[in-house]
Order: sequence, then C-alpha cells, then structure tokens
Amino acid sequence: MSSPTLFKSWPPPFLACLVTLLLLPFSHLQAADDSETRQILVDVVLGNDEERAACFELLSNKSDRIIETVVAAWRGGEISTVSQSGGEEFIVLIKSADNEYRKLLDGSVFSPSSEPKINRPSRSLRKKLRRIVTLIQLNTPNLEDRISAAERLGMSQNPEYVSILEQKMAQQNDSRAKDAFLVSLSISKLKNGSKEECLEAIRNLGELKSFAARDFLEETKLEYSEKEDPEEILAAIQAALMKIDEHQRFVDWGGTLLRGLSLGSVLLLVSYGLAITFGQMGVINMAHGEFIAIGGYTTYWIQNTFAAKYGETSSAFGWYFVAALPCSFLAAAIAGAILEKGLIQFLYKRPLESLLATWGVSMVLQQVFRLKFGAANVAVSSPEWLSGSYHLAGVSMSYNRLLLIGCALLLIVVTWLLMNKTNWGLHVRATMQNRQMASNLGVPSGRVNMLTFAFGSGLAGLAGAFISQIGNVGPAMGNTYIVDSFMVVVVGGVGNLFGAAISSFGIGVIDQSLQPLFGPVMGKITVLFMIIIFLQFKPGGLFPSRSRSLDD
Amino acid sequence: MNQFPKGLKGRSDQTFIGLLFVFIVFLILGNTYAAEGSAFHFSSFTLSVWGKYLCYGVLAISLNMLWGYTGLLCLGQCLFFALGGYAFGMYLMLMIGEDPVYHTTLPDFMDFMGMSKLPSYWKPFYNPVVAILAAAIVPGFVGFIFGVLAFRSRIKGVYFSILTQALTYAAALLFFRNEFGFGGNNGFTDFKFILGADIRDESTARWLFAASGVLLAAVYWLISWMLQTKFGKVQQAIRDSENRVRFSGYSTTHFKVFIFALSGMIAGLAGALYVPQAGIINPSEMWPTKGLDIVVWVAVGGRGTKIGPIIGALVVNFIKSWATRAHPESWLIILGALFIFVVLFMPNGIVGLWYQIKDYIRNIKNKTTPDKAAVEGA
Repeated sequence: MSSPTLFKSWPPPFLACLVTLLLLPFSHLQAADDSETRQILVDVVLGNDEERAACFELLSNKSDRIIETVVAAWRGGEISTVSQSGGEEFIVLIKSADNEYRKLLDGSVFSPSSEPKINRPSRSLRKKLRRIVTLIQLNTPNLEDRISAAERLGMSQNPEYVSILEQKMAQQNDSRAKDAFLVSLSISKLKNGSKEECLEAIRNLGELKSFAARDFLEETKLEYSEKEDPEEILAAIQAALMKIDEHQRFVDWGGTLLRGLSLGSVLLLVSYGLAITFGQMGVINMAHGEFIAIGGYTTYWIQNTFAAKYGETSSAFGWYFVAALPCSFLAAAIAGAILEKGLIQFLYKRPLESLLATWGVSMVLQQVFRLKFGAANVAVSSPEWLSGSYHLAGVSMSYNRLLLIGCALLLIVVTWLLMNKTNWGLHVRATMQNRQMASNLGVPSGRVNMLTFAFGSGLAGLAGAFISQIGNVGPAMGNTYIVDSFMVVVVGGVGNLFGAAISSFGIGVIDQSLQPLFGPVMGKITVLFMIIIFLQFKPGGLFPSRSRSLDD
Repeated sequence: MNQFPKGLKGRSDQTFIGLLFVFIVFLILGNTYAAEGSAFHFSSFTLSVWGKYLCYGVLAISLNMLWGYTGLLCLGQCLFFALGGYAFGMYLMLMIGEDPVYHTTLPDFMDFMGMSKLPSYWKPFYNPVVAILAAAIVPGFVGFIFGVLAFRSRIKGVYFSILTQALTYAAALLFFRNEFGFGGNNGFTDFKFILGADIRDESTARWLFAASGVLLAAVYWLISWMLQTKFGKVQQAIRDSENRVRFSGYSTTHFKVFIFALSGMIAGLAGALYVPQAGIINPSEMWPTKGLDIVVWVAVGGRGTKIGPIIGALVVNFIKSWATRAHPESWLIILGALFIFVVLFMPNGIVGLWYQIKDYIRNIKNKTTPDKAAVEGA
C-alpha cells in the first residue's frame, strides 16, 4: 500500500481481534456451508508462496466470514499448527478465548497431545492478507455491505483497487450496486487516472449526483488549478458540483416532505378520531390521548405474545404487527364504547363538563398504565419487513413511514365511504345535526352515539399502533399528540372530516419544514402561533360549518 | 340552563372575610406564641403550606371569574400564574447575591450558560416594587393580547378553551428551553433573601402567609363588589346569552378582553406570592395539565359561586397531599375518580351540594310532580 489513506488498515487490528474473539465460540455454527473456504484457508497457512498465490486467487471470489476471522487470528498469533501423530501431516488450529484449540478445517474442538507451534504470517504475506480481506467484502451477498465496501475502497483512492473495482463492477446486477461501484471507481480515478479518465470520472460523478464525491471534487479542483491548462477540468467539476448540490436540495426537500407527510398521517389518525368525537358529537374527550396509549400497549402486548409463542427470530414473529393493527383498533374501540356508555352519554348537554370527566378518566388510565407496564417507555421493535427503506431518486423512504402514509390515505377513503354510503353513516350525520329530531324519527341515537364514539376511539388506537413503530410507547405518550390534534381539528373546521385531513397534512409538513430552520421546539412553537394567527382570519377553520343557528 | 344556587349573599361576604381574618391571626399566633408540641402550635412549614393553598384559592377565584361568571373556560390559567411567579422569581434570583460555585452575582443558570453580563431587561427587577408590578402587568398584557386576538374573531366555547391550552403548551415549551434565558428545565430556586429578610426565617413565613390571606380577602372582595355593579351584570349576561347582550348594544368583545386581562393579573399576583413560599418556580407549573387542575378545583368547589372555588382549591389540594402520602401508587386514580364523581353527581360542586340535597328531599316529598321538577332541573 503506497498511498497513506484513512482506511489503510481496515479493520483496525485490535477491533479485528475483538471481533474474532467474539465470533470464535460461534464459528462452528456456520461450519456447514464454508467447508470449502476452510480447506483453502488451511492450504494458505500450510502452503508455499506459489500455492498461496493460487489460493488467494480462489479466495478473492469467496465471501465467507471465516476468512476475516482467520486472517485476524493469524495476524494476532492465534493460529498454530501441530503435527498429526508425529507425521508430516499438520493440523491447523485456532486458539479461542478460553484457550481452547479448534480445528480450522471443521471448527471442532481439539486437544493436542503436544504443544502446538504458533504460525505467524510474514510481512509480505500480511499485506496480501489485508488485501484479500478488503476484496472479499466486495463479494458479500448483502447488498448494503457490498455497497459500503465499494465506497470504502473508492474513497481510499488507492490505485491498486482500480482494476478490481472495474472487474467487480461488471459482475453487479443490481443497479444501485452498479452505481455505487461506478462512483467508487470514478473517485479513485480522480486521483489516479489520466486527464481524460479524470474528465470522464467527473462527468460520471455529476451524472450520478454522488454526495460522497463532493469533497473529492473540491480537492481535485484545488489540485488542478495549480496545474497548467486546467480550464476543461475545472469547468467539468463546476458543472458536476452544481448537479450534486441541486440534487442535495432535492433530496433534502423530499426528505422533509416525507417526514412531514408521515407526521401528518399520525396527526390524521389521531385527529380523525377527535374530529368524529369532538367535531361531530361535540364531546371533548381529554382521554383521547390515552386511547392512543391503549393502541400502543396492545401492540406491545401482541409483540410479546408472538415472541413467546414463535420466538423472536422466527419469520412468524414479523407478522405480529399485522395482527396488532386490528387488535389495537378493537381494544381502543371497546374502551371507547365503555367510556361512552358509562360516562359520556350523561354529559351530551354539558360539553365543558365532559371535558372535566374525561380528564379524570385520562388521569386514571395513565396511572393504570404506569402500574401495569411501569413508568418507563416499553420497547416495541419494528418487524423485519418494515425496517428497510425504499430509495427513489436518492430519497430514502422507510417502509414503516410509507405504510403509515398509505394507511392514512386508506382511512380517508374508508371513513368517507362509511359516512356517506352506509346506513350507519346516515344515522351518524342525522344524530350529529339534531340529536332530538333524529331520535324522534326512529334513529337509535343511543346505539349510534356509542358506535360513533367507539369508532373514533378505535382510530386513536390504530394511531397508537403506528406510533409504536416511529416513536415511543409509554404511559404519557398521548400527551405528545393531543394538543396538536385538537389544533388540527380546529384548523380543519370542526365537524369537517375533509378539513381535518387537509389540516393534518398541512400542519405536519409545515412543522417538519420549520424544524430544520428553528430546531424542533421553536419549530413547534412557531406552528402553534401560526395557528393562532390563522384563526384570526378564519375563526371557523378551513371549512367552517355553515348554519343559521346563532350559537353554533 | 345556567342555574346557579343563590344564597351566600349580602352579609355572608363579611362573614367570610371575617372568618378568614380570624383563621390567619389564629395560625400566626399559634406559630409565634404556642409552645412546640401543643395542639395550637403551627410550624413555619404548615404556615407556608397554608400560604400556598391560599394562593391557589386566589388562582381558583381568577378562573371562576372567567368560567363561572363569564362563561369562558380558560385552560391556560396556570400560564398567568407561572408568569407572575417568574416575574417575582427574577427579583428573588437577583437577591441571592454571590453564588458559591461561580463567584459572580449573576443567577447561577446564567453562569452555566456562559453569560458574563446581566441582560438589560433583568436590571429593573432589583426593585421589588417593579417585580410585583410586573407580576401583575406581564400576565395581564399577555391576557390582553390573546384576548383581543381571540375575542375579536369571536372564538368562543370549546375553541377558546383549546386555544388557551395551545398557548400554554407553546409557552411551556419555550420556558423549558435553556436559551430562552429563564433557567430552562430547573427554573428558579435556592432563593435566599426577600425584601432584606432571610427567606427561611419564621417571621418571613408568617408575613408571607399573612400577605397571601390579605390578597385572598382583597380579591374576594373585589369580585363580590364587581358582581353587584352594572359591569358584573353584563358579565353574567354574557355568560347566559352573549348574542342577546350584543344585540342590546354592548360590545361583548371589550368586556371579555377586560375580564380576561384582569383575571390574568390576579392569577399573576397569586403566582408572585406563591413562589417565595414554594421556594421554586419552573416550567412544569405552566404545563397544560396544571391548567386543567385549576379547572377541576373550581368544578369541585362549585363554579359560579363566590366561595366555591376557594373551597374547591383547598379540598382538592388536601386530598392530593393526603393521597400522595397515603397511597403514592394510586393517588392519581383517586383524584381522577373524584373528578368523574363530581362531574356526574355534583354538577354544582360542594357548595351546591346542600341545594341538591334539599331539591332531592323536596322531590321525594312531592312525588306527584317528579317529572316537572326533572324538566326544570335540566
């Protein structure tokens, strides 16, 4: 290795040893599929220079972890050989943390009869080994690991790797991996290539809009401005930088929009419930936040049930979230129905007092959560199929946020259908407009009220299930969203579900776009003051309900 | 719809203020002269606890003025209380003098923030008179601005309640920030001197307690007097039917803005007296849940009555301090259940309980017309 770089000795020796020691006890677990690699490694240890060269050639196409382990152990003096029953055959052994010897060939424990001889690689061999370790990372089947290995190699700008990167790039099938290899290759060529190659690399980097290349391009710019005849290169760099910066702005904007939309979706799930209970029924339910917590804790409980039944590593465990969604909805809906039958139905004529009573309910529920689940937040893990992210034009969108936004949109449609196309929806609207009159005309207002309230509460539970994926689940988790959700309903126009949808996405996006400018707290404060100012001009919200009654 | 129990009129005001006076003198004499251990001895700690409760009483009256008599449910009364507390706390912070850690006369959180000079807006607070005036004027001003904004665009009912809660929430978030310059999370504490006296002295506890009692009496008297004036009549008319008042040619907006600002000033003064007795003021005092607590005091005592809020503040806080000690695990459940019970079964609070029982007995006696009574009561 000629040029001094950041990643000259990667992984750092002490780290590698540590990893080795940690991995050794488990190395026999994966013995089944890496036996061929192990055989080659044994040959490397025991062979002469020519044999080794052939082995290295073979190894450079492997990707088994055992290679890294063995190389680190070898350099750490943990590899030793012992002759088999005094003959010419040697057995290669790895010394593990508890001073046990394991056979390299199959990973089984071996107690040597005589003291094994420690085998250390020579200086030139070490260099080759290090190169092998770096190279095999380009072969890992895991896409993310492969991409990051390629990036590391590229950023080292080491001329040695140029040909290897070129060779490996041709083998990539995935377009993302291909792009990553091309970026790495181009960054490498900025320093090592001829002027023509450099020019092409700059163009490539501009086309690929690589953020990682930005600093290298700046560096190259400085370098070439001292050389003669730099105009062409400098112009190309300028153009590439502009492209990259433009893309950066786009990605920032896209990320903000996505975060805004997902916050808006949470607000929508929470505030749709409120818009129904508060807007349509005129009940201020201060315990609405606790229904969110009921949803969150239901998700937590289902996760634990699945983990106990199927084990946390099984594929069935990942589906707990699918089961948790309807369960959270049902749990909160049942709680809502109980609350309506037990308390709220007596208070329809006194809206301000329903506020007080539900505040009492909220206190009781929070304390019950604390006693049952502890005062600290509980851990809800994301299922595997939700933890990845989807890349679109450089904007990474995590699956759980996408699912959340999708569900919010679905909810808008479902609620609209329920309200406008079903008999129940007709009854709800009739009861909300005039409870007495609807009841006189034969609408079972008692049952309609209970079901409506249960539906609104269930939506809060659903929101809780989603919040468990992107936020915390704790006794006071409802407090975080409740004030915002009331604001959403007021801004949207009380009693107007469509208005609530628009205002939750609007508030979510505005909140997230202000956060980078002012920080999270000041951003939130600014939004709250903006809402207060907004209500100056539209006191009835975006879509005020029109009525001839004076006191509406 | 808004039928509040009549009674407690006329002479009862003087009776209440007289009883309050006797109570204050009794406690102070007990603290000064009675031997320790005797039944009539009250420790300085007891005095400061009662002093705090009296401040809560003033706070409850200020909310009752809005909710009980004008029909405006403000969920942000704790904001005014805390603003008053912070204003007087600034004076107390400046009186601490040199602190042992940083050896400067700056309040310790400023040293912590790396400031070397007192910001100019802190300087007037060396004067206690300015601090007390600010404790009333700052909350009053905030109330005025918010009132103008809210009432001019005719925001009322639950919308008004929710907006006041949002305002409180925003303010609390602001005060929680260290950069805002009011001590962030920790707020103001470790006070040493007040008006030249040591804040831990027994005599200081006595006159702070007395001052709380005087403030309560004064505010009580002010409200009683206001309710008898034409202004008070309009105020209650707004509660009962705002539109009719407006159609009669009164600008209800002006009335409401004035009452809102006045109520903020009263709450601010209560906060100013509360802080030296509690020994601390931090942003949790203005967290939205505190605002709901105050509403609960008024509801439990009986809203729209003069004495109800004071009784409510005392009763709820006594239950709270008993329950936190006796049932630390489940006191929130006890308190929550109490609110639910009060709302469901005692719509007029403790004060209205007597009338409720009387009505109930009368209904049993005149069983011939129970339905009529029920309709009237609704």
